[in-house]
Amino acid sequence: MIKQTPSTPSGFEAFNLKRNPTSPRTLFGLIMSGIAGLFTLLAVIPLFIILIYLLTKGISSLSPAVFTQLPPPPMLDGGGFGNAIVGTIIMVGIGALISVPIGVMAAIYLSEFNEGKMAESIRFATNVLSGVPSIIVGVFAYSAIVLATKSYSAWAGGFALAILMLPIIVRTTDESLKLVPQEVRQASVGIGANQYQTVLQVVLPAALPAIITGVTLSIARAAGETAPLLFTALFTQYWPNWNNLLVEPTASLAVLVYNFAIVPFQNQQELAWGAAFILVLLVLATSILSRLATAKRTY
Amino acid sequence: MNNSYEPRIEPRSGVERILDSSFYWIAKILGWAIAGILVWITIQVGLKAIPAIQTFGLNFFSTSSWNPVNNQYGVWPAIYGTLVSSFIALAISVPIGLGVALFLSEDYMPPSLQRIMVFLVELLAAIPSVVYGLWGIFVLIPFLKGFTPLRGPGMLPAALILSVMILPTIAAIARDSIINVDQGLRQAAVGLGATRWEAILQIILPAASSGIIGGIMLALGRALGETMAVTMLIGNSNTATIDVFKPSNTISSLLANQFAEASGLQVSALMYAALILFLITLVVNVLAQLLVKRLQRI
Repeated sequence: MIKQTPSTPSGFEAFNLKRNPTSPRTLFGLIMSGIAGLFTLLAVIPLFIILIYLLTKGISSLSPAVFTQLPPPPMLDGGGFGNAIVGTIIMVGIGALISVPIGVMAAIYLSEFNEGKMAESIRFATNVLSGVPSIIVGVFAYSAIVLATKSYSAWAGGFALAILMLPIIVRTTDESLKLVPQEVRQASVGIGANQYQTVLQVVLPAALPAIITGVTLSIARAAGETAPLLFTALFTQYWPNWNNLLVEPTASLAVLVYNFAIVPFQNQQELAWGAAFILVLLVLATSILSRLATAKRTY
Repeated sequence: MNNSYEPRIEPRSGVERILDSSFYWIAKILGWAIAGILVWITIQVGLKAIPAIQTFGLNFFSTSSWNPVNNQYGVWPAIYGTLVSSFIALAISVPIGLGVALFLSEDYMPPSLQRIMVFLVELLAAIPSVVYGLWGIFVLIPFLKGFTPLRGPGMLPAALILSVMILPTIAAIARDSIINVDQGLRQAAVGLGATRWEAILQIILPAASSGIIGGIMLALGRALGETMAVTMLIGNSNTATIDVFKPSNTISSLLANQFAEASGLQVSALMYAALILFLITLVVNVLAQLLVKRLQRI
């Protein structure tokens, strides 16, 4: 008969499951947890510092006049950025008019006409397009439109913004269409609907809230884009002139922040903070609203 | 018997067929248009760069003067500055981003609080670049001047702001890939007696590595092409120096500064620089997408 000896495997304390609070393994874990927590704190601190500065400096420089008046010359008090607000609205509007129909139709192709490999490569291209630096999109719009028409214009700026909005719209629309249950499509086809009837009258309305959320997000992003507007729309001290059909330099909030941040004049710097505050408010509001909207599932 | 209640099943009318197939083709063409834009950008920028490519050839990469008076252009300092600023930013934000991803994927805090923290980190990515630049000029640079040899704009503030801007990309994608690791792996590790951090370091992070590396490369792509904040903070001096307190330059800030006033060969040289930046970021992005895509397939 073999005698059984109680043996302890190396490295283990036998019959003891107690956690040893001073063992190197426990301490290592505690330290690493502490570092990870510290890093998380470190990551959100810049957000709060920036928001606090925007609140204090931005709000104090805002007044009703800021929204209706033209940018002031250096050292002169008063003035505003009414033309920049109008310019931003015009160019983001042009961007949305180009990118929303194209983006939504492209997303319909991706999710509704499920064509395997083809759809995959277009999704891939969309992701790659969203990684193209915005300055490159600006260079592209400059060479495609400004050089061709020989004029800086709101159209060139809007075109550049459209390219930046496109991947966001395609991706959010694609995802929201995928969330519509397959049974809904089957039911529609079952009662005799064509493909375009199914998509346009059944699937698209069901996904509409999520699509609108995506479009809103892309509009907020586009409003803050500066690099693609620097040499497509340029900037101007004046109101947009409708008689020129928008073929002239156009002001925008984002470029105003840039131009007035790098000048040494206090009055213009204050306006830069005010415009930055408006841009961030727009982005924050749309981010929070879209988060709330997508929290409620539509189907 | 009269069966008038029974609807007749009719073949689709010609109009409906045409509507149906044209709807399909419009969607298909617009879908391919997205891929077409990438090709269009390459051709459009490439064509305009041809005069500069012919004039400077590969010397463009090694020359460090940018002199519109003599029509002498080279992008070495800008390429150098682009790479250095991006890698400093990565060196800062990769460890912090990983820490955030782990802290927000483990059960350190209640789920509701965790969701809010994830949202706050994501918000960092939503703040416009030009606002980071504004804040950098009036808050970060004066702050850094207080205790460093920094005299004004320079590489250091630009790289610091870049690290804040790319942090959410790293944190979000790393967190996604960590959450996607099979729970069985963690349970097995813990069952064998691993502590939380032994499981993280030896099991979870290696399993999530392809997604994490993909996220880091996406962040690198953003950092390489980031324009406004860098242009406002880096000082735009066309010199390649290892001193991070000195002004420097990147390809994107070169473009942002010079394009509006450029003419003739200078435009073409800028297009050449833009083409280089475009191709670098394209390669980085394609590699990143391939890595992240592998993560989604698991």
